[in-house]
Amino acid sequence: MSLDAHPLIADWIGTRDGRLLIRTGKVDIGQRISTALLQIAHEELTVPYELIDIAAVRTGESPDEGITSGSNSVEQSGNAVRRASATLRGLLIADAAERYGGEKSDWIVEGGALHLPGTNHRLLVTEMIKDTHLACPIDPEASIAQGHGGTLPAPPMRGLTAMTAGNYTFVHDLDLPGMLHARVIRPPHAKARLKSIEESAIQRAEAKGLRLIQDGSFLALIGPKEWPVVEGALKLSAACDWDIGDGIPEIDVFGHLTTAKAVGRFLVVDGTPQQGPVPDLPSGHNFKARYERPYQMHGALAPSAALAQWDGEKLCVHTHSQGIYPLRESMADSLGLDKNQVEITHVPGSGCYGHNGADDAALEAALIALAMPAVPILLKWTREEEHCWEPYAPAMVVELAATMERGRITAFSAEAFSDTHRGRPRPGPNRAGPSKQLANRFRLEPIAPNSAQPNMGRHAGMHRNLDPIYDFANKRLVKNLVTGLPHRTSAMRTLGAAANIFAIESFMDEMARIDGSDPFAIRRAHLSDPRAVAVLDALERQVAELPGLPATDGRGIAYAQYKNQMTRVGICVDVSANDRAEIRLNHCVIVADAGRVIDADGLVAQLEGGFLQAASWSLYEKVVWNRDGIQSRDWDSYPVIRFDNIPAIKVIVLDRPDERSVGAGEASPGPTIAAIANAIFDATGIRMRRMPFRPDDILRQAVSE
Amino acid sequence: MTLTLHVNGRDHVITSDPDTPLAYVLRDELKLKGTKLGCGLEQCGACAVLVDGQAVLSCVSSAASFAGRDINTIEAVGETDIGRRVQAAFVAQSAAQCGYCTAGLVIAATSLLGRHPLPDDTAITEALTPHICRCGSHPRVLRAVKQAAET
Ligand code: FES
Ligand code: FES
Repeated sequence: MSLDAHPLIADWIGTRDGRLLIRTGKVDIGQRISTALLQIAHEELTVPYELIDIAAVRTGESPDEGITSGSNSVEQSGNAVRRASATLRGLLIADAAERYGGEKSDWIVEGGALHLPGTNHRLLVTEMIKDTHLACPIDPEASIAQGHGGTLPAPPMRGLTAMTAGNYTFVHDLDLPGMLHARVIRPPHAKARLKSIEESAIQRAEAKGLRLIQDGSFLALIGPKEWPVVEGALKLSAACDWDIGDGIPEIDVFGHLTTAKAVGRFLVVDGTPQQGPVPDLPSGHNFKARYERPYQMHGALAPSAALAQWDGEKLCVHTHSQGIYPLRESMADSLGLDKNQVEITHVPGSGCYGHNGADDAALEAALIALAMPAVPILLKWTREEEHCWEPYAPAMVVELAATMERGRITAFSAEAFSDTHRGRPRPGPNRAGPSKQLANRFRLEPIAPNSAQPNMGRHAGMHRNLDPIYDFANKRLVKNLVTGLPHRTSAMRTLGAAANIFAIESFMDEMARIDGSDPFAIRRAHLSDPRAVAVLDALERQVAELPGLPATDGRGIAYAQYKNQMTRVGICVDVSANDRAEIRLNHCVIVADAGRVIDADGLVAQLEGGFLQAASWSLYEKVVWNRDGIQSRDWDSYPVIRFDNIPAIKVIVLDRPDERSVGAGEASPGPTIAAIANAIFDATGIRMRRMPFRPDDILRQAVSE
Repeated sequence: MTLTLHVNGRDHVITSDPDTPLAYVLRDELKLKGTKLGCGLEQCGACAVLVDGQAVLSCVSSAASFAGRDINTIEAVGETDIGRRVQAAFVAQSAAQCGYCTAGLVIAATSLLGRHPLPDDTAITEALTPHICRCGSHPRVLRAVKQAAET
């Protein structure tokens, strides 16, 4: 979509103060897209890194690239910048040849300049661009630099030095003259609505220079200094009387998922849901198993935040949202403004791993700003708010059935069940955007959540990677969208792929054990993709070099190709289990094929990061709640992986210079979960089919077996 | 009685309520935004600062409790040889993704190397375990700390 919607060189490239300016609609969320774009522009135009800037991502100025998600940044923005730069290079060369002679093919682009060997002609790219008409179409066929364009090693990650020196600006750090700090006063849970607030408590807050902003059950406190606002919000919260209704349903979510009537049930063919009847599960499968993933949270290290200012005509919002254009529409609609009255600028937050509280905080800051014209409002969520109110990754069940004959899987069925993975405020019918923004549910004129629409895209949502990458005959794949569950849910890193790959790759391990065959061999026997086989071969060679396994330890492998069309990843994990069933991660090997490698170190970082986040999901994470609300309220009640359980990690990237570059931020989590489950089985003989694999979960499973 | 804090080599007369947790005074009054807040509960490590050379969490304890102590924040870490080495090693190892945990980790590593010039793996793990990194930069951070110790 990036190039189609923004087909001109000027959409992506410009100059400012004698420097090259790259525009993108993708935002940095720790995946280093801006570093990759820097490198791509350098490879094509050879301008030194220190003379290239990446423009701020802002509505009205940046290309509309929708949402930064799905590991698409390099493929979309990267491809657009590459083609725009390559087209521009061609134009500059043609221009130089026309003005100074020489064959076009004789001109060399090097060190940020065009040069005709044997002459003194040396023309700076940044100077030439100023005189070049950039409002001309990008040639999608423009020949791209084949590795010999750029001469510099990969650039250091953008912002890294500033991060280590404490002067990298996150949205939380914005500080404008006259700015007020804000905190929201939350109900005890999502079903509660305000009955009343003690008047005297409001007066006490006001006596301290604080002010309460109210729109129905949406309450916020503002003031000039941050800490008094934090304290004041706690006090006011205690002075609120809430109608708590029936509370949050304490249902068995996994049971509900597979027994409730699905609001959408589709056969999935080639990764794509189909309208029409779903065939029943044929009888006679000789293997059946059910794999489960609980609600889990993004758990950004920094609670969400946003800055908003309303000048009476225009609303300016600074946010760490992953989708500034969709958010602009949703906010304009929520607030009764024209979308041209809303300007949204992306400012980094901490890593988000999907749709967290960012968009909600942006609307909340705006609600406050509209009540306080001309005053910049910096709203921050607390740790507890982020834990309790972000949209979670939905709980999910995957039911597998298969028939294996003489080491071959001859029939295979997989059914996925979950609530929606699509909670982002995207434009759509029935005020789809506003209905997904938290504050709207609590306002005087509330906008109720509307029911989730099934995602019918290929490998989108819940059915991402439901289709095994293996050559199985007689595949039956079904997705079931189930609603009426207790919590708001949305997109988290890999969407359904985490649970689906956990299921399929655990299943492959179970099959190998039943068959008495080797886990590499059974996978290879069902793979015809040579690049997949190459990944497994490389993994097997690496595994052979790992230290031998003591008897109490276990080893597990898994393989997947993200969305069956992006990065291929094979993972091996060695674990040990003690007699309390505590799992230690000892070694991890990751082999990946992401096509042509651009930012190699960035790719490795993404694969490692995906591994460790999924290791955390696997070993620690599960949202807990009861009638009174969410009980996972901080890092003690919702523990995550820490430095005391980090294995030695080795990452091998197979470079494929002639293949398309694909993102890797979501390629490793799925196989990680399965590799860990498989390693736990190898170590303990206990098959963990429900995440997480905490000591009490493992012991419970041991007893039930 | 006014509160004076010694931060980054200078005395600062503090006008905030002395009961305010130190991190809020640093960020809001002294405009030292490098110290991060991630939880306000002493659970995540984002707010670590050096107090008399030791890494200390600043999000709960009152500013008043730091009177008379030598406080150094991430902004001043590069003033010392160890701090500079740690920063350089974090850059060399690309030991961050989003960077929100980075300031706290640089502080923790600087404090560790001040105590143990050549820490073993156990000492490193112990010093860093109070810190959460959600992006999974751990392997790089561990390498950076070792590199800083060895240079
Ligand atoms: S902010 Fe202090 S430990 Fe998290
Ligand atoms: S780099 Fe993002 S939390 Fe550590």
